[in-house]
Amino acid sequence: MSSRSVTVTVNGSTFEREVEPRLLLSDFLRHDVGLTGTHVGCEHGVCGCCTVRVDGEAVRSCLMFAVQADGAEILTVEGLAPAEGGMHPIQEAFKECHGLQCGFCTPGFVMAASAYLDEQQRADLTDEEVREAISGNLCRCTGYQNIVEAVKYAAKTMYGDS
Amino acid sequence: MSTRVFGKPIRRNEDERLLTGLGSYVDDISAPTAVHVAFLRSPEAHARIVKLDVNRARGHPGVVAVYTHTDLGEHDIELPLMIPHPCMPYPKTQRLLAHDEVHYVGQTIAMVVAESRYVAEDALELIELDYDPLPAVVDIEAALEDGASTTHTDSPGNVGAHLEQKVGDPDAAFREADIVFSERYSIERSAGMAMETRGVLADYDARTQELTVWDTTQAPLTIKGSLGSLFGIPYNKVRVKQPDIGGGFGTKVMFYPDEVLVPWAAIQLERPVKYIEDRIEHFIGSAHERKQIHDIEVAATADGVVLGLRDRFVHDTGAYIPYGIAVAQVAATQLPGPYRVPNFSVEFTAVYTNTVPVTPYRGCGRPQACMVIERVMDRLATEVGVDRVEIRRRNYIQPEEFPYQRGDILFADGLPVTIDSGQYDKQLDLLLETIGWEDFPAEKERARAEGRHLGIGLANYVEGTGLGPYEGAHVQIEPTTGKVWVATGLTSIGQGLETTLAQVAAEELGVEAHDVLVVTGDTQAMPWGVATFASRAAVVSGNAVAVAALEVRKKALGYAANMLEAATDDLELADGKIFVRGAPERHVTLKQVAIASNPLRYAFDDDARAATQFAPARRADGPQLPPGDEPGLEATGYYSPPHATWASGAHAAVVEVDLATGELTYVRYAAVHDCGTVINPMIVEGQVMGGVAQGIGGSFYERMAYDDTGQLRNASFMDFLVPYATEVPAMRLEHLETPSPLNPKGIKGAGEAGCIPVPALTASAIDDALSDLDITIRDMPLDPCSLKAIIDAAPTR
Repeated sequence: MSSRSVTVTVNGSTFEREVEPRLLLSDFLRHDVGLTGTHVGCEHGVCGCCTVRVDGEAVRSCLMFAVQADGAEILTVEGLAPAEGGMHPIQEAFKECHGLQCGFCTPGFVMAASAYLDEQQRADLTDEEVREAISGNLCRCTGYQNIVEAVKYAAKTMYGDS
Repeated sequence: MSTRVFGKPIRRNEDERLLTGLGSYVDDISAPTAVHVAFLRSPEAHARIVKLDVNRARGHPGVVAVYTHTDLGEHDIELPLMIPHPCMPYPKTQRLLAHDEVHYVGQTIAMVVAESRYVAEDALELIELDYDPLPAVVDIEAALEDGASTTHTDSPGNVGAHLEQKVGDPDAAFREADIVFSERYSIERSAGMAMETRGVLADYDARTQELTVWDTTQAPLTIKGSLGSLFGIPYNKVRVKQPDIGGGFGTKVMFYPDEVLVPWAAIQLERPVKYIEDRIEHFIGSAHERKQIHDIEVAATADGVVLGLRDRFVHDTGAYIPYGIAVAQVAATQLPGPYRVPNFSVEFTAVYTNTVPVTPYRGCGRPQACMVIERVMDRLATEVGVDRVEIRRRNYIQPEEFPYQRGDILFADGLPVTIDSGQYDKQLDLLLETIGWEDFPAEKERARAEGRHLGIGLANYVEGTGLGPYEGAHVQIEPTTGKVWVATGLTSIGQGLETTLAQVAAEELGVEAHDVLVVTGDTQAMPWGVATFASRAAVVSGNAVAVAALEVRKKALGYAANMLEAATDDLELADGKIFVRGAPERHVTLKQVAIASNPLRYAFDDDARAATQFAPARRADGPQLPPGDEPGLEATGYYSPPHATWASGAHAAVVEVDLATGELTYVRYAAVHDCGTVINPMIVEGQVMGGVAQGIGGSFYERMAYDDTGQLRNASFMDFLVPYATEVPAMRLEHLETPSPLNPKGIKGAGEAGCIPVPALTASAIDDALSDLDITIRDMPLDPCSLKAIIDAAPTR
């Protein structure tokens, strides 16, 4: 199968690779770039485990081909924390609120929450708003309540003083 | 002891890794030279294969190998029967790759190995498969009728197992009863559906003859032993590692064909071989559970005290019965729940069908049993004319009756059911307060005035947890870091064992939980143990860690006494240090003791240099390591429970039913659970809430929709509806702690509990919401269409 060149910026670094046009963005990130924090739970766009941010938008990377991301800026869970180490406030909040168990769906939730919080930029989120905001991601372990708490906690940490 | 970590909601040791994308699941293991597997799976539920030609696939560019059963040689085998039982007349397990006949949609027929999974899937298209369809067995009751076609053409009938058990004299109870009635209840098929599918990566080093397997299994030691004996490799040269695992729920306990075939191919090819299920394969290739139909007869006094039960049920075991009768047996033995039920008979028939094999999924028969007994209690309340709370109180086993022996009925551990402890009335009191039971009628009336139909339901359960035979733990004070190293043979499947087991060790050794490194699921770190299932990890491994940690503590104090030239009785252990009571400046750190405990001295760091300043750890005139002594500050301990310990719980929910659409909304949810002494309440709450969400899925959303030809019509997350955050309500949880008298720590299991009572209480709540209509919910799960049909067909009271 013929291949094409694709150039993407992932977490601030530029990657140029020759790929088959059919290669999923999720597989590209995991196996060609080597960032395995983005997980694949269903490959049909329902579970949200593979959520990354493409040019700022939360996107299911299993529903996109790598070649479609040519020229895009991608942020994955590995790129969320500050470069100097430690965790992003959203990641801290998930730990503090026990918003994860097996951790497989977690990067997807964290990335969906990061897009949502960047868009909302406020601390006073209601449970209902948060549940709606994360309703594109499946979790089989937590029952969601602590994920809702984590997103609210993160919003307070990030925007509580503004 | 200054460090109190047991019982505290300590944040988890595993979280930072998982949150920053540094988790290491099987598909994340780097294996650049690996080749990738795809399976040709049966498209038919029951068929005879007449042609299987893989030559074109073999010639496809990028294909490394294609295997059918004829290529397997001495490994062309049936998988082992994991749990034999004499009540199975012809136990069937599946072949690694099918021979002439296939028995369910999804069964493995051929294995393609290629340079990428993409190419392997391309090659599947080039395999020529012709078959003659045979009649498919799907309906478990029709399967038992005379003249029914058979799931396996070489076996008579479809009975996979048949077992009758009896306690007391049920027939006499029915003769004496004031109230007698019968009911029929059913629960549909579902599955665990972990977010991570199953996967295996195997690497064989032909020079050293070592086989390393990374597997999403809950039972790495089972895999280690099995692969070693199958392939004739020494036990100590087979290493099975379970890295991070994305949810287990029982589905990952089983032994699947790919878990043999992938390592086998790695040995043949002398290259790493990787197989990761896709989601559709997980639906049709990994185990299901739940389908049962119960016919129960009830005998009670006029006051509503149950005198006897006679239950007969049919259990769907799918095409094979690899895990024996576990699910049906657990359902049978837990049917009486927290109630006395002095006379009781239960008879089940496990039925073969041309569907995915059935093995335990979180709850393992208990959601079915709970549905049956709790619906019976609701009906009995109506018969007697008391409310649903009072009827339960009249039948609860009372605190002074423990240990409560059910009599001659055997649980999954092969021992008579003996419930060790519980406080069921107190548990119910706490539940009623938490959900607001007393105030609900007024709330219901107000809603009704607005045209809304609210209902409340409750259910109780008991759960035999912490089964044997045993688990072990190796505890060591690391001489280089001073941290506590804990290795156990079972696995963490996401439930937080790296933290709970750390808390157990930390408590005994006077350190912080984050200074304990817990390793699970690496057969080279701890080669003895069983597996993670049956809500047993905290109970059995937890106590084993305590045993080993106590021994390490004892050794540490003995060595420190020598080093400090003090009496052991004068020493205290806290904050990672051992010091002379009243003179804290006279102390050694655990790390220094660990260093000194090894007669081989080295001095690369300050602690090692410091350790040499003390007196020797051993006062001996002879050899530096006296006979019977061991180097290092470490111990291995084991715990074997006398029998299962019985956890319990009571849950309630307020629901709203939309009469026009059949939609069901959980308005709020409360759960009281009693898993004995709690190690980490935050983690237990997480387990319960996750279980509840799964139970909600199994009550209104999730159902394996097989058609009558044996095709699974909803094998994707588009059609099998796992609840999102918008379907799961806010929950309020309360802990009740009734310690188990069976183990030193008083622990009972908590992993499965949350899902058990949900179908039962949902049915009860729907009945209550629709109390204007003459409706009794007997079959779960429902969905908007089926609930609307029930509403439309119901006569008004």
